[in-house]
Amino acid sequence: MGYSPREMMIIAASREIRDGEVVFVGMRLPLAAFGVAARTHAPNAIGLFENGLARFAPAVEPFDTMSDPPNIHGAAWATGMVQIMGRLHAGQVDVGFIGGAEVDRHGNVNTSYVGDPARPRVKLPGSGGAADIAATCGRLLVIMDHEPKRLVERVDFVTSPGWLDGGESRSAAGLDRGGVAAIITNLAILRPMGPDHGMGLASIHPGVSRQQAIDATGWPLAVAPDAGETPPPTEAELAALRAIDPEGFWR
Amino acid sequence: MADKLASVADAVAALVRDGDSLVIGACLEAAIPFAAVHEIIRQGRRGLNAIAPISDAATDMLIGAGCVERVTGAWVGNVSGGLAHNYRRAAEQGLPHPIAIEDHSNFSLAMALMAGANGLPYVPVRSLLGSDILKTNRRLIRADDPFSPGKPVILVPACKPDVAILPVQRSDRDGNCHFWGSLVLVQEAALAAERVILLADEIVDTSVIVSDPNRILFPSFRVSAVCPARAGCHPSSLTGVWRRDTPFFVEYHTRSRDREGFLSWLREWVFDVEGHEAYLDKLGDRLERLRITGWAPPEPVNFAAV
Repeated sequence: MGYSPREMMIIAASREIRDGEVVFVGMRLPLAAFGVAARTHAPNAIGLFENGLARFAPAVEPFDTMSDPPNIHGAAWATGMVQIMGRLHAGQVDVGFIGGAEVDRHGNVNTSYVGDPARPRVKLPGSGGAADIAATCGRLLVIMDHEPKRLVERVDFVTSPGWLDGGESRSAAGLDRGGVAAIITNLAILRPMGPDHGMGLASIHPGVSRQQAIDATGWPLAVAPDAGETPPPTEAELAALRAIDPEGFWR
Repeated sequence: MADKLASVADAVAALVRDGDSLVIGACLEAAIPFAAVHEIIRQGRRGLNAIAPISDAATDMLIGAGCVERVTGAWVGNVSGGLAHNYRRAAEQGLPHPIAIEDHSNFSLAMALMAGANGLPYVPVRSLLGSDILKTNRRLIRADDPFSPGKPVILVPACKPDVAILPVQRSDRDGNCHFWGSLVLVQEAALAAERVILLADEIVDTSVIVSDPNRILFPSFRVSAVCPARAGCHPSSLTGVWRRDTPFFVEYHTRSRDREGFLSWLREWVFDVEGHEAYLDKLGDRLERLRITGWAPPEPVNFAAV
């Protein structure tokens, strides 16, 4: 069965979720990845949404925002933001899953300002829950398209902290857990390498060359010694994704 | 028991003042009080501090209409469209006038309202450590945790809004009400605000409300006005009653791309519309198509006394 680079990205991301984990889920790509995981290898994972919802699996009816009625119908918990974000803050969330406008070498994510915050070139929407997810979840996963203007050496503004300046700077800032475990893109999977925690090439998707991934990255991309090819989607994974994407939005 | 029924226009006229800090919906993408947003624009309020974790296009409309001096929020955009054009114009070009931005994350704003609701001067958190939000929001203060020497915390000061405007599925005339679905910050906003205006999709007898006291998020003594406003949240959704009108958000996004287009949208949907009833008439059949017709009631629970 054929598949698109974005489908590969979503399926690669879904494999980062382990069965039984508590997963904080953002909309769109993260939600699709959670849906594939829940329908394949992680049927006992539970997804939390920042508006106060928990679900065992994504809704079957189509919906546009996490607050739409289909996401609420059949929820495993419908509560408030204090209670749901509190699970993160209390260290009870294994994995956080966010998209990003701009990410840097140390996995810091900017969704606030391009340019000087006092007079920004572009005012982006802001954190939402992303800064909290990045600061307090057990492992952070970032999923986004791989473009040099989006994977940059250093973000203008750290909305959501990754490994900050690398090395021990994250724990020195007072963050005693978490950090970026992977950036999953339509070309590859990047993971923190060595004591610096700089994000390097860990796996390349089928049909993508190493040079393509290097060229599409805004920092000199180190390659892990054991970097190989991402296993292509299985029939079961593709079927799971297409069951939650009947319109083919991600194809 | 008081009768607090008022039209949206009268409630806004009496309870929303220039310079007020204002929670315009506390439920992210759902239950945004657009009927009141339109009325605030019609009545020309100025200098508002718009507070919301996410209020979708509502904050953007108020900014574009010149009502807002300060935004206190975690996310301002158009969930169905992308970036918020009026917010961008104000932040990037000072149009129609410059605004101050008090950046928050969802958790820090939640803690600020929780503190405001409960008389706590501030709440210490570990979230936001390492974030540049601390550089743009100087009211978030880094301090040493007195109970864990050497460990930093961020002190989030209490937020006590002047007004919270909150859509609810049903209320009696006194403001005893039910709200259900994802609750986000509805409870904290209602308990923290000086004045609370409800947009009630349905007015019901008190007996309906007290039959299920766990579905009451805040007591009626916190409520100043109850506005009967069917679909007062359009185009946002309301659990069990209205679906989201996504094409409406997309159209707003497209037309607000330039200032001229936004002003023509504002004329068509706000200034040339007399009030909420006229807005519903203008929507016509479109509104009925958004009504949730399914029925999925919970299993009853027993509150019997003996």
